[in-house]
Amino acid sequence: MADGRLEIDHISKRYGDIVALRDTTFDVRAGELFGFVGSNGAGKTTTMRIVLGVLAADSGEVRWAGERITFETRRHIGYMPEERGLYPKMKVGEQLVYLARMHGMSTKDAKASVAEWTERLGVAHRMGDDVQSLSLGNQQRVQLAAALVHDPSILVLDEPFSGLDPIAVDVMSKVLLDKAADGIPVVFSSHQLELVERLCHRVGIIRSGQMVAIGEVDELRSGGAERLVVVAPNAGPGWATGIAGVTVTEQDGAKTVLELDTGADDQAVLAAALATGPVTEFSRLRPTLTELYREVVTQETEEDAA
Amino acid sequence: MSTPNVELGPWTAVGLVANREVMVKVRSKAFIITTIATLVLLVGFALVMKFVGDGGSDATVGVTKQTEALAAPLKATAGQIGTSVDTKTVDESAGRSQVSDGSLDALVVSDGADGKLTVVVKKDLDGSLRDALTVLAGQVALNKEIVDLGGDPAEVQSSVGQATVDVQPLEEPYPYQQEQLVLGIIAGILIYMSLLLNGQMVATGVVEEKSSRVVELLLSTIRPWQLMVGKVLGIGFVGLVQMVVIGGVGVAAALALDVLSIPASAAIGTVVWLVVWYLLGFVMYSLAFAALGALVSRQEDVGGVTAPALMFVIVGYVIGISVLPSEPDNTLAEILSIIPLFAPTLMPMRLAMGGVPVWEAVVSVGLVLALIPVLVWLAARIYANAVMRSGARVKLKDALRQA
Repeated sequence: MADGRLEIDHISKRYGDIVALRDTTFDVRAGELFGFVGSNGAGKTTTMRIVLGVLAADSGEVRWAGERITFETRRHIGYMPEERGLYPKMKVGEQLVYLARMHGMSTKDAKASVAEWTERLGVAHRMGDDVQSLSLGNQQRVQLAAALVHDPSILVLDEPFSGLDPIAVDVMSKVLLDKAADGIPVVFSSHQLELVERLCHRVGIIRSGQMVAIGEVDELRSGGAERLVVVAPNAGPGWATGIAGVTVTEQDGAKTVLELDTGADDQAVLAAALATGPVTEFSRLRPTLTELYREVVTQETEEDAA
Repeated sequence: MSTPNVELGPWTAVGLVANREVMVKVRSKAFIITTIATLVLLVGFALVMKFVGDGGSDATVGVTKQTEALAAPLKATAGQIGTSVDTKTVDESAGRSQVSDGSLDALVVSDGADGKLTVVVKKDLDGSLRDALTVLAGQVALNKEIVDLGGDPAEVQSSVGQATVDVQPLEEPYPYQQEQLVLGIIAGILIYMSLLLNGQMVATGVVEEKSSRVVELLLSTIRPWQLMVGKVLGIGFVGLVQMVVIGGVGVAAALALDVLSIPASAAIGTVVWLVVWYLLGFVMYSLAFAALGALVSRQEDVGGVTAPALMFVIVGYVIGISVLPSEPDNTLAEILSIIPLFAPTLMPMRLAMGGVPVWEAVVSVGLVLALIPVLVWLAARIYANAVMRSGARVKLKDALRQA
């Protein structure tokens, strides 16, 4: 299987008594933008560091294009660490050339690539400045350039969007989508779930070192019980009680949220609502990724507590 | 999808790291300033030595017409007691005013025929000049007695001059010279400063990478040992060039100005030994500094964590600089200079001062050479285990234990 897929296969990692990762398994397909979400300390950074080889897993393996990733193949990865990592007192251009050469590029190729990426990310005019003299947003662009200059075949980015202004977010999003479109696997972690929902093909939610949900955003959102929102100004309390398989979960003035059991008839709900008078809104309520995330994370915590 | 060629030999990686260190260091203001300042100091020192030496004499003494005959014996006497005196024949009144304006150190106004040399000085008579004049007065008195007894003072003086002492030492004399002591002290200061500065630079460099997290990026493509070795080699190389330039310019200036009376080969030998010991000391200490630096994540903590290693450098230097100049064959210094931890500071000082038995020089170099592989292994292990652990200071024990 040489399709350039990045597979994280049953990775476990302990720090002393603390279990950081427990059989974490997911894959990022070539040409796919994969969003990796989870609370602080859930294991995102640990997973990424293991992929990069800067941390060793206790068990499990990481494969790329079907083969176990090695020290040599890791040079194909473009990496953006969580807390930015660049020499503060080194010039942007020299630093990027240095990092590109560290990934095996010749000086000539490195220079050409640095020129291209700094131009594309809008920091070309800062090439001769020390990194520390740049704004945080620009430092982040340089950091992204550092992940891209060696023309990686895999992209692993830890919180690439944190602290970026909306324009920079657009630039970064475009680059990530372009790289995915080039056919390489791109995985990034983020707490900005709306962004993840908008950009990613698939997402994975990690909690306490375990993947608790993986799938396409739409697929995840349509999972769980079906819910309806009905806005009927004349409907009084209890208008929907008695409809088979339907539970009212929320009633706020004219707005009612109902949960339907499997096989329950949404048309019966519409009929009951119309019976009370005009209905100004009748729609299926699909959870946003944020709601889904909250649900998954809190639910599991309760399970743990039990 | 393009798959770029990503081959990077281990030593190519080390070379890239070392090259970066060299570029960064050579361009740093601190480096340029310290190098130039040291060079200016050394050349200035040589010039001062030249000036002092060239003044020819330590004192200028005026003689009057009556005391003119004493000029030659005074010069000779001064020479015997290790100082040099110039004489000048003047009028007594002119001489007195020259003494008061300082262009004469003393004016001999009476020839001591009455048993007393009378000397006019501004305030007080300088110690060695006083000795010279006292001896001279004694000779004048002696000559007078010889003449009174019917002898020839010149004959007596010449046979006195031929009398020698046959010295039979119970122990081998310690063969050193004042100049070699000075050379030893300079060597000590140079090696101490460069070990201190360059060693610290390795530690701060390691912490800089750790605190800026750039180490995470680097270690995703190269191995920890490559980063550590590259850093040590890069900084060490710049330090070496600095040492060679400083030592070379120092010796060249001294030879060109002709202020050294010891043979040129001894001076060059000192520089060669300095370079050898700088290399040995630097590799030894910087490995320790790199490993210790990796334990902490903030620049503020570098001082604390490297203090134990630094102590050895400082203790060696302090013992050397405080004991050796007065007692070059001090037993404690001799023993410590063979122990690898102190050798890099003490041995080059002793070697510059001269009189080090060959076996001691060989054993001390051999011991350090034997220790270095152990240190490489130990430092690489500590470094690799600690460098990715940011936050609190990593315990040395943990860094050693973890595989």
